[in-house]
Amino acid sequence: MKEILAIIRPNKLDEVKNALEEMGCHGMTITDVKGRGRQLGVTESYRGSDYRIDLLPKIKLEIIVQDEEVSLVVDTIVKTAQTGDIGDGKIFISPVEEVVRIRTGERGDKAV
Amino acid sequence: MDPVLNSGDTAWMLISTALVVLMTVPGVALFYGGLTKRTNVLNTMFMSLVAFAITSIIWVLYGYPLAFGSESLLGFVGSPANILTAVGVDQLATLAPTIPEFVYIAFQMTFAAITIALISGALVERMKFSSWLAFIPLWLTLVYLPIAHWVWGGGWLFQLGALDFAGGTVVHINSGVAALALALLLGKRKDPKLLPHNLGYSVIGAALLWFGWFGFNAGSALTASGLAGSAFLVTNTAAAAAMISWIIIDYFKTGKPTLLGGISGAVAGLVAITPAAGFVTVQAAIIIGLVTSVVSYFAISFLKSKLGYDDALDVFGIHGMSGVWGALATGLFAAPFINALGTGAFYGNPGQIVTQAIAVLAVAGYSFVATLLLGKVIDKTIGLRVDEREEIEGLDTHLHEESGYRI
Repeated sequence: MKEILAIIRPNKLDEVKNALEEMGCHGMTITDVKGRGRQLGVTESYRGSDYRIDLLPKIKLEIIVQDEEVSLVVDTIVKTAQTGDIGDGKIFISPVEEVVRIRTGERGDKAV
Repeated sequence: MDPVLNSGDTAWMLISTALVVLMTVPGVALFYGGLTKRTNVLNTMFMSLVAFAITSIIWVLYGYPLAFGSESLLGFVGSPANILTAVGVDQLATLAPTIPEFVYIAFQMTFAAITIALISGALVERMKFSSWLAFIPLWLTLVYLPIAHWVWGGGWLFQLGALDFAGGTVVHINSGVAALALALLLGKRKDPKLLPHNLGYSVIGAALLWFGWFGFNAGSALTASGLAGSAFLVTNTAAAAAMISWIIIDYFKTGKPTLLGGISGAVAGLVAITPAAGFVTVQAAIIIGLVTSVVSYFAISFLKSKLGYDDALDVFGIHGMSGVWGALATGLFAAPFINALGTGAFYGNPGQIVTQAIAVLAVAGYSFVATLLLGKVIDKTIGLRVDEREEIEGLDTHLHEESGYRI
């Protein structure tokens, strides 16, 4: 089992979610986050004063999948979340030691 | 002929009074609340609300008679003897002889309340709530009541012929200058950036101010008359002109029109037309509106950083500076065919501009010095400013044990 943690542009969420659903990947947890990478920030202007806003809003997706599904899910996210401009985000993949479904107490692959 | 109650006038003045209440709670509260950080939104709104409540009580206990009572102490303030005079239900107001005195008392109360609420904008995010609670009754008594008496209650500026239709000096210069004095005493915030946490609140607040301002200005005709209609129309005209003007300045300075600029301009236009509303033509209102955004924009983007005071939400920049421009413009544009009581320089009475300048200097000077002294006394006794930690972590949780937003 692997965790796919993807940071994407907020306006790409619907597209990514729909594409994942089409390929049969329903489960995910999403969070509103702020962060920065190479896309340094934007300028906002209030009553004539300019401020650099250096943490930008992003969406964090956490998806747990079987090992063999990883590349398909990652490819789908890359394909749908990509604009080609700086600020598209990143994907991190890491192993998951154990999964437990709270409703039934099932563990392991069955619980994913 | 004895004065007779006019039910049309009375109905309009009751409505106007309620409209001005809408300006403070919730107008100013929302306008200011949206501009602050999310950790200070409740404290900011609370400052306006509590100012309204305290003023309401003081006004009926002794405020009204000291500002508007018939006996004057040397033109400086109403005689304390006025306090003892009981008002009858059917008694008509001396200064508005077609409406009951109770209606006039309520109408004037709303002006005192909004003046204090406006000051709070310069002080937010760092002032102790306890010292604000002490400041409200003291400032109302020592600064607002005398100045209202000078200009409207038959005091020395009234005698001199100073024109202030709805409160350019009494409300706006007064609150703007007092805000500057207290901002200087309080000092800079740790984080003086103006990054509105919810600009949508401010838009609703500004819209309520604009709406309520029709009661403020057209109500100041004190009658349901052509003069009220004229004041109503020029009020809207100036607000619109100033909004457009601010947006154009924004566009040339930063390349983009901003919504905050638009609503700031509208408020500046409403401020500037306030003293002029019952005296000027719509053409004059357009000029007053267009110019006032330039004046306030200059104060905010140049004067503020040059002089280094932390007027958090630009009370001095908008109310003080646009108030001065409006008061002087009244001396230029007052047209005798709109209102026989006012003739400006452009209609053959250049002396009016001098009278207006005297009123501006007297109100600004008195308000600044008296507020500075009062603020100093509160600073020495209660302390004006919150602890550093409270300021950094936010006033809502520390001063009120509440927070505006929950995850």
